[in-house]
Amino acid sequence: MFRLHDWLEQRSIALALGIIAAASVGGMVEIAPLFTIHQTVEDAPDMRLYTPLELAGRNIYIREGCYACHSQMIRTLRDEVERYGPYSLAVESKYDHPMLWGSKRTGPDLARVGGKYSDDWHVAHLTDPRAVVPQSVMPAYRFLAAKALPTERLPDHLRAQRAVGVPYSEEMIANAKADAFGQAAPDSSQAEGAKARYGADTTISSFDGEPGRLTEMDALVAYLQVLGRLTRVPYASSIAGPP
Amino acid sequence: MIAQLTLGERRAGLIILVAIALVGLAMAIAGGNGPFGVHGALVLVGAIAGTFWLLGHYLDAPPRAERLREYYDDPSKVGVALAMIWAVAGMGFGVWVAALLAWPEFTLDQEWASFGRIRPIHTTGVIFGFGGNALIATSFYVMQRTCRTRLPDQLGAWFVLLGYNLFCVLATTGYAMGVTQSKEYAEPEWYVDLWLLVVWVTYFIVYLRTLAHRREPHIYVANWYYLAFVLVVAMLHIVNGLAVPVSFGTDKSYPLFSGVQDALTEWWYGHNAVAFFLTSGFLGMMYYFLPVRAGRPIYSYRLSIISFWGITFMYMWVGSHHLHYTALPQWVQTLGMTFSIILLVPSWGSAANALLTLNGAWHKVRDDATLRFMMVAAVFYGLTTFEGSFLAIRSVNSLSHYTDWTVGHVHAGALGWVAMISFGSVYAMVPWIWKRRAMYSPALVEVHFWLALAGTLIYVIAMWNSGIIQGLMWRTYNESGTLAYSFVDSLVAMRPYYIARTVGGLCFFAGAVLGCLNIYLTATRAPASSAGDSAVTADPRPPVGAMQPAE
Repeated sequence: MFRLHDWLEQRSIALALGIIAAASVGGMVEIAPLFTIHQTVEDAPDMRLYTPLELAGRNIYIREGCYACHSQMIRTLRDEVERYGPYSLAVESKYDHPMLWGSKRTGPDLARVGGKYSDDWHVAHLTDPRAVVPQSVMPAYRFLAAKALPTERLPDHLRAQRAVGVPYSEEMIANAKADAFGQAAPDSSQAEGAKARYGADTTISSFDGEPGRLTEMDALVAYLQVLGRLTRVPYASSIAGPP
Repeated sequence: MIAQLTLGERRAGLIILVAIALVGLAMAIAGGNGPFGVHGALVLVGAIAGTFWLLGHYLDAPPRAERLREYYDDPSKVGVALAMIWAVAGMGFGVWVAALLAWPEFTLDQEWASFGRIRPIHTTGVIFGFGGNALIATSFYVMQRTCRTRLPDQLGAWFVLLGYNLFCVLATTGYAMGVTQSKEYAEPEWYVDLWLLVVWVTYFIVYLRTLAHRREPHIYVANWYYLAFVLVVAMLHIVNGLAVPVSFGTDKSYPLFSGVQDALTEWWYGHNAVAFFLTSGFLGMMYYFLPVRAGRPIYSYRLSIISFWGITFMYMWVGSHHLHYTALPQWVQTLGMTFSIILLVPSWGSAANALLTLNGAWHKVRDDATLRFMMVAAVFYGLTTFEGSFLAIRSVNSLSHYTDWTVGHVHAGALGWVAMISFGSVYAMVPWIWKRRAMYSPALVEVHFWLALAGTLIYVIAMWNSGIIQGLMWRTYNESGTLAYSFVDSLVAMRPYYIARTVGGLCFFAGAVLGCLNIYLTATRAPASSAGDSAVTADPRPPVGAMQPAE
């Protein structure tokens, strides 16, 4: 063995190839099967897609680095299930490019935060966390309500999502801007379209309280309210019903 | 700097700069007012400034042929300076993010200054800015000495060094503007990732060309590690960075993988960024500077071989221990845990090899703070790898995961191992490359050492405490069988530790500032030394020559 090494360490290309070979095995054995073994991701026939507004909200969640303090992955441990709800299933993040499971809980897990608090609570909390939870160390996101949500590129976003495997239809892509507006304007004509395309469970609400104006606050709250509610499958084996 | 380039290299440099300027212009036009456009403008201005600078010296006399008899250390000098600047900036941001958890309104009401945006500035600043520049600077130095040959040309090393720093600048300014892929330690967006790939391939070519010209038949251990660092980081970067951009004019992209596959790819990357960036590369540093500074040969050549291949093979399996009890299939979790435990063998092999090398030189460890930096680094390397294997056990991880314990573990490695071995190596290398007798102030090195050690201990002990308390509070039940504490209760309990952590970080940061000052004074004011190690024909330093060949 050491004789072989004596040969190897005198040849730079052989050494480089040896390093690549040794380092490739682990990933191939562990990652590749996750794409082929069917049980890796459960079936969830009722799984719906993120609406354009929720997707925009998700991108704000990413932009602000919320994942640095909030996980979206409830582990299969008793205390976590009691604190946060049924443990997370792989299928729930099937359309999450990228996943936001997180690695640190400076704040609580958010995998099932959707529907737990009212829109008003979220708006008040994001604007001034300490007005709602005095001990909180979360940053204040006052600027979100003042910033208009840009919607011109939403069709491009849906198209890119489709390119990586999320089944958005042509109709969804074509109506992305209208659906984003409609979801945050309950009395508008566009609201029905969003519901028709993304399912009856889609939350239609004037999230930040101003239905005529689409803001980043609308998008982020819409996203927070859908967390854990894309499918009911995780509740099938749980005593607690969906919120 | 430009006077050292041959006429052909000046022309090539000019072409590269103009090409970069054109790419920057295209980005600025396509991106408009968005972050992509801002980055385009930044690239354009940088490339134009570089072009004018190069043109200003274009007609300088060509370098003399005698230069080929000396090692080319200018890129290492600039690399050390950049590493120290990034250290101060990255650690400064670290103190700030730490303070934000104790005083959350310390964002000054700025959009870009929230915890979520400046935390990656801190991590990228210290890992890639400080660590990466230290690795590049020392690798150029080490590869020339251990191969007994000069860098193959003057331009390649500059392209790697300056290109890499452009990557760091684009990455960190991007986070401030909200440009992030959200993948931890791989946050930069698609166009920044592509640029890093170009730089990295060049780095590999420079390395291979230097090895090809070597005058030593054997490739020294340090180079195996540097080589593994360059190669495997490229592999990880490419696979984890696969993404589809929304359009050319936007910074935003969507990663190719989703959900559970994305999670494992990310932690396969994430843990091996620890392995091949923060371990392999710095072991390369240790395998050169520790024996040279101690004046002792490496304790065991065979142990180096076993450790090297053990680390290279086994680390790639362990990423799944970041995903215990999650929706990742249990067989992958178990594999990851198993390999994490076996990994202790090669890890401790390296740590033991370093510490046993010091046998016969312990009096130097006592007297010389530079060598002590490296000794303490090896000790922390051993402690952290033990802790890592321990935390990878599923039942331990159920308590530690999501808590500050992980943060404490990471900082034991980052402050205790990575930063200490870097400071030790830099303090050893600076007088050699600037041809000085010693550091300007050995006393200041001593102060830096104690500040760094105190800071690390305060930080790590605070985070152990807070992490374990947090984990226990989350899972404590009261007599009636319900959870005893709300989440907010656990947050309140963290506050004293968050303050202590800020103090620890501040000590460490202060040490780095002193280090900067000392290095600056050494480069400008310390008495010159006649005996350098820059002549290619000079005998290699004893430990390198004393490396036992394989039987």
